[in-house]
Amino acid sequence: MQLILEAIREAGSRLLSPDSDLLSATWRTLQVSGTATFISLLLGVPSGVALALYRFPGRIFIVALINTGMGLPPVVVGLFVMLLLWRSGPFGALELLYTPSAMVIAQTLIALPVVAGLSLAALQSLPARLRLQLQALGASTLQTAWLLSREARLPLLAALMAGFGAVISEVGASLMVGGNLRGSTRVLTTAVVLEASKGNFASGIALGLVLLVLAYAINDVLTRLQQRGRERKS
Amino acid sequence: MRMKLLSLFRPTQGRACQILSRPGAFLLTGAFFLAAAILPGRSLAADTSRPVVFAVGTSTYDTELLDLLLPDFEAETGTLVKVVAIGSGQALAMAERGEADLVLSHAPEAEKAFMARGLGSGRWRMMTNDFVVVGPSSDPARVQHAQSAREVFQRIERSEALFISRGDESGTHMLEKRLWRLTEHPPPPAARYIETGQGQGMTLRIASEKGAYALADRATFLIQVQVIDLEVLYEGDPILRNVYHLIISSPENGPRVNEEGARQLARYLLSPRVLGVLEEFGRTRFGRPLFVPDAEPFNMDAH
Amino acid sequence: MTAVRQTVLEIADLTVARGEHFQLRVPHLEARSGETLAILGPNGAGKSTLLEVLALLRLPDQGKVSFLGAPVRGHRQRLQFRRRISLAMQDPFLLSGCVIDNVALPLKLRGGNREEARQHARFWLERFGIPHLSERQAHSLSGGEARRASLARALVSDPALLLLDEPFSALDPPSRDGLLRDFQHALTPHTAVILVTHDRSVALSLAQQVAVLAAGRVQQVGSTEEVFRQPACETVAELVGLETILSGPVTACEYGLCRVEVSPGVGVEASGESVPGDYVTLCVHPEEVTIERQSDPSRTTARNVFDARIRSITPHGPGRRVEMECPFPLVALVTRRSAELLALKPGEVVSASFKASAVHVFPSRHAHD
Repeated sequence: MQLILEAIREAGSRLLSPDSDLLSATWRTLQVSGTATFISLLLGVPSGVALALYRFPGRIFIVALINTGMGLPPVVVGLFVMLLLWRSGPFGALELLYTPSAMVIAQTLIALPVVAGLSLAALQSLPARLRLQLQALGASTLQTAWLLSREARLPLLAALMAGFGAVISEVGASLMVGGNLRGSTRVLTTAVVLEASKGNFASGIALGLVLLVLAYAINDVLTRLQQRGRERKS
Repeated sequence: MRMKLLSLFRPTQGRACQILSRPGAFLLTGAFFLAAAILPGRSLAADTSRPVVFAVGTSTYDTELLDLLLPDFEAETGTLVKVVAIGSGQALAMAERGEADLVLSHAPEAEKAFMARGLGSGRWRMMTNDFVVVGPSSDPARVQHAQSAREVFQRIERSEALFISRGDESGTHMLEKRLWRLTEHPPPPAARYIETGQGQGMTLRIASEKGAYALADRATFLIQVQVIDLEVLYEGDPILRNVYHLIISSPENGPRVNEEGARQLARYLLSPRVLGVLEEFGRTRFGRPLFVPDAEPFNMDAH
Repeated sequence: MTAVRQTVLEIADLTVARGEHFQLRVPHLEARSGETLAILGPNGAGKSTLLEVLALLRLPDQGKVSFLGAPVRGHRQRLQFRRRISLAMQDPFLLSGCVIDNVALPLKLRGGNREEARQHARFWLERFGIPHLSERQAHSLSGGEARRASLARALVSDPALLLLDEPFSALDPPSRDGLLRDFQHALTPHTAVILVTHDRSVALSLAQQVAVLAAGRVQQVGSTEEVFRQPACETVAELVGLETILSGPVTACEYGLCRVEVSPGVGVEASGESVPGDYVTLCVHPEEVTIERQSDPSRTTARNVFDARIRSITPHGPGRRVEMECPFPLVALVTRRSAELLALKPGEVVSASFKASAVHVFPSRHAHD
């Protein structure tokens, strides 16, 4: 108990005068997870929409793949990306292992199935005849997809939140492909692992609190947007 | 057509017409993150030579020694060092695959085998400290009275006490296995022998929670001593000497081994300046230095 | 001044399979400008499938669809045609955003200039009496308002073909009647309307042509008058609201007048040609059944007069629906006023009469029952 109180007190003082390590890990977390979420949004939402709206051969296979991917353990993704990025691996020449880019790649692979799967569900939650209505008002294929996505933007926002939540809290893949390099690939979660392994629980708690506040702040903004949209709707 | 559609949903006059989704703003935010993620990498890459991958035992890594030493090196040479914290055995395996350029290891037997196979282009002693046997202060196996490390392990084996092993092919783990071999008995049965597969710090904390014995390097023990309930119960046998070596991976090991960078880094780590830092490292916090500098002079031709 | 009626959409020999067990077949259907064609059918008749074909969103497995004289084939061309079609459904499906942007949407989808689109939209909002709602959030409208906005949106693109899928149903009667009126005034003579509905009263008030669809087959196509007066079969008769449907053998037939034994010893006289011994079905229009306290042969020319026991009296629109037994079941629609004047009560025996010409006869599908 003594230890916990002490750790919390120390964590508080570390937060009040944040050092460069804390700031850099925080910034890197935002950067890596933000980029990964953004890329998985760019790729995941259109594929989710396409899977919801069109029937084509192999569709079921892809949907099953996405559903599997949604539950994929980050360490497995990390291992897979590491094998690809190794110097002796197929993309070794890029020398990406232990860089933030490698973490972005791994986190994108983690977030992508989540975003695509939830986008698919979001579009499927729309009334089936809405699509007929839009097409019959003269919407082309692309216009229909765009208008439907716009109608489903609240659940799509939820997909974004879930994707971001999956990567900002992830540690296994980041550790594996990022290597937890100080000032470069050290993000909040990997820093927590390190501090805990060093026995610096106060620092670990401080980092954990930052992570919590960060995740909360971002989800708070998104939830506000979403709920405001909902109020308008009703 | 897309642009036209975008303009369609831009908010119009009146608050009531404001539309939530603003793809423009969203794309801009995303592009900002994207640029932010790419740009630092680029600016670093522009003025530097290729980075060195430096595989280091977790116990060394946790001391934060490298956090103290490397920034100067990176600033002076412009060479980025990617430190990977990993057990000594795994570190050597990485070097063998050509994934690591320089290794800081404390597993002399494995290192000798590594060099004998021609996998390294150089090996230098850098520093030493020692291993200690830790356990609960009650000392149920009475190892405090042992005359040698071999006897310590015999006593643990014969007692009912629990032993926590790293189980990760680290230098510590390799020494532990060597000690069990010396007892001429197998390690205790599974019920009394727990492999953590984790770093030294975590292993010590598990031992502390379970009131068990463990083998640890002195540096990690000192770092953890505040948060664990274990004591040094045996020390001093010459076999417990912990020697750290730097090993440069041979360019034969893989097409992208950065031997030049590894050599630069090794030369720096063996320089009098670094050894001076080592002499003081940890003194203020732990009352004694964590490592004893004991460097062989860096000479590439000698190996 | 009658506009020349142009064929906008024509389908011929159409077959569309839906699932394994359902097949829609339409031998011929034609929508002409300035005319409303109602497709009347119960749930599961294939109306939705037909609607998709009519909206050019589904190509038939077999058969020909032509739009303004040109056969409909490729994807690109279909979008060109589709942009001359519009649709309003029972669910208004307004998108989030304000009303005027919703109404302007079809024009913007067609690449229209934003301000022009809004001007057109405003015009149509006025025609449907809701210009004051233009800046309101679409999702905050009441059911009736949303239906108006949805119809305005359907008409804003000045479609050659307007498809309606029950846009007037599930509204309270005053707003429904008001909407029907406004809609009829808003229609332009060059627009062809196809109304898909199960509600015969909407078909009656809007359509000049009716096609009855049941179990994937077109049962009858004709003018509204013809279909409602002379249903081709029992299914159509049921759908157009002829509740008194009887059947039995023809016992006599001469001078265009047949006698049908609808229950042992009870005969109904009907105008029409048939052969004695034929098994036929006949139906009686409920509006044409007269109820009196006592029969007065000198005052009626009706050939069919029965003593009828009243089983129930229920409100039906502005009037009353009276179910009787005489002894076959007979339904009459009377005005509220005459129901009150006659002081009708369940259980009482009255005299019910209808003319032979109010009876419609067609060959029975239950010949061997």
